[in-house]
Amino acid sequence: MSQVTMTVNGKTATGDVEGRTLLSQFLRENLNLTGTHVGCDTSQCGACVVHVDGKAVKSCTMLALEAEGADVATIEGQAAPDGTLNTIQQAFQDHHGLQCGFCTPGMVMSAAALLKDNPKPTETEVRDYLEGNICRCTGYHNIVKAIMAASGQDVSSIAAE
Amino acid sequence: MYSFDFEKPSTIADAVAALADDDAQALAGGQTLIPTLKQRLASPEKLISLTGIPELQGICTGDNGALCIGAGTTHADVAAGAGAFPALAALAGNIGDPAVRSRGTIGGSVANNDPSACYPAAVLGAGATVVTNAREIAADDFFDGLFETALEEGEIITEVRFPIPEVANYQKFEQPASRFALVGVFVVKFADGVRVAVTGASEEGVFRWREAENALSNGMDAALIEGMSPNADDMITDLHGSAAYRAHLVGVMTRRAVAAAN
Repeated sequence: MSQVTMTVNGKTATGDVEGRTLLSQFLRENLNLTGTHVGCDTSQCGACVVHVDGKAVKSCTMLALEAEGADVATIEGQAAPDGTLNTIQQAFQDHHGLQCGFCTPGMVMSAAALLKDNPKPTETEVRDYLEGNICRCTGYHNIVKAIMAASGQDVSSIAAE
Repeated sequence: MYSFDFEKPSTIADAVAALADDDAQALAGGQTLIPTLKQRLASPEKLISLTGIPELQGICTGDNGALCIGAGTTHADVAAGAGAFPALAALAGNIGDPAVRSRGTIGGSVANNDPSACYPAAVLGAGATVVTNAREIAADDFFDGLFETALEEGEIITEVRFPIPEVANYQKFEQPASRFALVGVFVVKFADGVRVAVTGASEEGVFRWREAENALSNGMDAALIEGMSPNADDMITDLHGSAAYRAHLVGVMTRRAVAAAN
């Protein structure tokens, strides 16, 4: 076992991990941050997306020890401390961007990474960016709509489906 | 995953020393190796991470205007920083998905030489030079069949040097589930000729399609290779496509790349 220390949602987090411990496993099992979901564990589905030093990564495909010293952001750090949802989360609620909700943590974190680099994406750019996030319920339409709305764009022309 | 030890050296010299151990394996961005370990298809006793080595990072312009890309540079950083070679930047920006591009590296992809990966087509097509801790290897001498390269045990890629072509284009027909290339064709024109490198298609891994190169030496015109496709005998057959289908796609994607390059 080795000790790993990183900043998670602004707080220092330390734990003992094996070489093979994944970042997703460290977040969920050591820190009890179970909002990061593991859907496929094969880097296909994107439910485990978190930010590492500001970049979206699949936490099931990164070793915890690789995040030594890194600044990690997870879904738990997105809402305000009093529980007020952030803009993207609120848009997902307003536009019904989820059904079962399993993929939502990854969707929200991917959306946050997209909007950081590209504050006013087109619908095509949103769909392209979500290539690595799989949702089996919604058909993506309302997810795309929510992200467009979160970017401050008028989504009234995107029909509800 | 089987258990392994983990080391993260901060210099190339320390990484090479750590890799001298027979049971050690280099870990770049891990976007292929970690899934491989999860499937227990590999069981190294020790992983030597190359992600903490500043010498392996970044993009610069070298001698003769070549674009030098540090082996540890991620696909996202190549997509954003290889503006001097737009076809290469576009290729990097279309590998996998955004989260994969945040971690996966050019050195990892080239060293792995997956027969369906995109980067080998760019390296071979552009006639790049693969620089390691020990030597410089021309792309034509580097790739050596499925997952095989000229790299010796413990040798690591430090940099890939791309000469800047007059025009170039990469066309990828994606396997829709994995987003690897079912067939990918990188076409490059230099003052002294055209090179065509094909990934995803052959049982022998990435290859140069010489007949198309010869035909295109008379001009970058898709009409010059109309109806041509390589021999299907060496092509991959799997549930995604037959050998004949892949051979046909090589012709189609090459013509598209030639048309788009102009």
